[in-house]
Amino acid sequence: MTHVPIADLPMDDHHPTSFAAKYVWSQDHKVIAIQYATIAIFVGVVALILSAFMRLQLGFPDTFSFINPNTYLQYMTMHGMIMVVYMLTALLLGGFGNYLIPLMVGARDMAFPYLNMLSVWFYFVSVLILLASFFVTGGPTGAGWTLYPPQTILPGTPGNEWGIILMILSLAVFIVAFTMGGLNYVTTVMQARTHGMTLMRMPLTIWGIFIASWMGLLAFPALLVSAIMMAMDLLLGTSFFMPTLVSLGNSVDHSGGSPLLFQHLFWFFGHPEVYIVALPAFGMVSDVLATHARKNIFGYRMMVWAIVIIGALSFLVWGHHMYVSGMNLPFGFFFATATLIIAVPTALKVYNWTLTLWQGNIKLTSPMLFAIGFIFTFVHGGLTGLFLGNVIVDVPLADTMFVVAHFHMVMGVSTVMVIFAAIYHWYPLITGRMMHEGMAKIHFWTTFLGSYAVFLPMHYLGFMGVPRRYFAMGDTAFMPESTHALNASITVFALILIAFQSVFIINLIWTLKYGRKAGKNPWGATSLEWQTPDVPPAHGNWGAKLPVVHRWAYDYSVPNATQDFIPQTVPQGDMMEKSSDGPAEGTETTEGKPS
Amino acid sequence: MTVKTDKSEVQSTWDGVVADWSADKETFAMPWGKLMMWIFLLGDTFIFGVFLIGYMAARMAAVEPWPDTEAIFTMTMFGHEFPLLLIAIMTFILITSSGTMAMAVNYGYRGDKRKAVMFMGLTALFGATFLGMQVFEWYQLIVHYDIRPWGNPHGASQFGAVFFMITGFHGMHVLGGVILLIVMARRVHRGLYDKKGYAVVEITGLYWHFVDLVWVFIFAFFYLL
Repeated sequence: MTHVPIADLPMDDHHPTSFAAKYVWSQDHKVIAIQYATIAIFVGVVALILSAFMRLQLGFPDTFSFINPNTYLQYMTMHGMIMVVYMLTALLLGGFGNYLIPLMVGARDMAFPYLNMLSVWFYFVSVLILLASFFVTGGPTGAGWTLYPPQTILPGTPGNEWGIILMILSLAVFIVAFTMGGLNYVTTVMQARTHGMTLMRMPLTIWGIFIASWMGLLAFPALLVSAIMMAMDLLLGTSFFMPTLVSLGNSVDHSGGSPLLFQHLFWFFGHPEVYIVALPAFGMVSDVLATHARKNIFGYRMMVWAIVIIGALSFLVWGHHMYVSGMNLPFGFFFATATLIIAVPTALKVYNWTLTLWQGNIKLTSPMLFAIGFIFTFVHGGLTGLFLGNVIVDVPLADTMFVVAHFHMVMGVSTVMVIFAAIYHWYPLITGRMMHEGMAKIHFWTTFLGSYAVFLPMHYLGFMGVPRRYFAMGDTAFMPESTHALNASITVFALILIAFQSVFIINLIWTLKYGRKAGKNPWGATSLEWQTPDVPPAHGNWGAKLPVVHRWAYDYSVPNATQDFIPQTVPQGDMMEKSSDGPAEGTETTEGKPS
Repeated sequence: MTVKTDKSEVQSTWDGVVADWSADKETFAMPWGKLMMWIFLLGDTFIFGVFLIGYMAARMAAVEPWPDTEAIFTMTMFGHEFPLLLIAIMTFILITSSGTMAMAVNYGYRGDKRKAVMFMGLTALFGATFLGMQVFEWYQLIVHYDIRPWGNPHGASQFGAVFFMITGFHGMHVLGGVILLIVMARRVHRGLYDKKGYAVVEITGLYWHFVDLVWVFIFAFFYLL
């Protein structure tokens, strides 16, 4: 029996009709994407509110009676874990990955839609388990989002009765959900592209999501294994991570375990996780920048290889999170060098983004503002990363507010900037309506300036030696009064920043009903997702015939073209002025030309 | 950019790699399910890899001496002691099951449905036998040698912990494989793949061979070292 590529298979005419099959137990990648994104944004708001509580305590200690040292640690842990795993990873890969992959590579759906549906429901269950920990005896775990043993397991840590068990269970379910989704994303990109869609013609969004999904499939196993070991330490009394020690006056029943083993396993997952979040953002911001600057992305091949190299290198640098855990000098040297080498492809990307803007016909639309904002915050967070990558600079700065400022700038604010850019950019496709530009601009300026008002002073606090994760600073000799004033100011700005996020939520809902009709391709984009016969795309995406791709995704402002963008579906030589020098090199047949 | 989609003109291995990765529509000329299984197994390799590295680290960090595995995994039969006898039989059975699985794949592609189903059933039977013997082995360790995940009288407590964790995790893979084999054999028998082709038999087989391969490593690291 000969093998037929997915792109050559006849269209499956089966469309679900019942409400449940269409919107609840849907196997349509677009519905699944919206389900993923809705859940992710919801838990993201929960985590945002937790951060407000933390800031209230830090800015105005001894003012709020509902925040005590235990609840503070619990808010901190849940804020970190939700934001990194349940919000960013799920929104970028589950949300945008699901929505954009089939549309941008020209597929009708994911390779295995049923598994995709299971993925979102497993994700939903994992979120329910996680949120359930707020309602059990002792509350959620307060061991910090890194869950370092022995603290996680020992009595005295909040949530060591049920919270930690629910956290581990929830992570395990999330990993199962991600594996089912990730297998789909990778396989769809590799096997379900349309006619003419080679890997090197894919938009960078897809490259980012593709490599990030690979990384997730290879990094989450380390988290799963460490979760299993920790569950055994907790429930069966094994000693994987627990050494002999005295806790609250009693010696524990464990002996011979290695807490460092957990740190290695956790960060073998944890560092790639940073790039699992960052790479899709890199990809999406490239497409937003090119589209709204009306210019081809600068150095497309370089951008692709930078993504691949960053993905590969990120598996070799986990040790830079552990400089202060006690590390052999040659290892410190290795991890510092490997870490700094990542700066090379990353800097290439930043240069290429700015060169994409150079002499472009820049339209300052709301997605573009967020994309440019991303370049600022990312350069900022990236540069402080160079500080922390060096062993000798990291040692005094580790566990201070400087670290908090660094990673919030580089993977919090930057990635969220891209998520906002991407939502403003693709919402017209998803809903068929344009978002309100005025609200979007208010949202941008408050978010951008607010983020700086919050995180820029934190670097200074870090240099002053203000530790992170502390419930209250108290009166310490080395900290001047001004640090308290600065903390209060950060809190005020953080609350304003958080309050203004409601403008975004209102805009999302307002647009559904009152937004201006977007029509087809409102931004004049070249990539495939805007060339669907229906807006929003119907079930099956492409109608009777799959699109045929004739060019890369970045033909903006081509000299002698009849308009400033040429969609990927237009054959080589078409849409050119008669006076031009004829079709470009690599001419192909014009059969299958779209109407 | 010209697109080379004609993979028939491929001359050398390198040309083949280039043709695969520069093609449109699909990167590998294989059903998506097969590629998905390969990628899943790569991830699963990382899971077992991390397990074994964790085992290595736990064994190095242990403060008490590691138990003498030859003494623990010895069977006494007819008044003689046979070191590693049970595990040798278990390994032999599992390796044999890979052979029968390969036969099933072969008969599947030949279109001999009856024989393919028969060999898949035989493979599942070998898998179930392996599981039964593993249950017996656990029983021996727990009841006769008094080994628990949290400690054992023969040395480091980590021995019990990693042993039960890793062989248990592998055993669950075997159990999953047996269930998968039975389900797939039934579906093949009902003729669900008569039109689509028997690639699913091969995909099931990939998983089964992987579980076997992992066992070889577990066997080496737990019983021989």
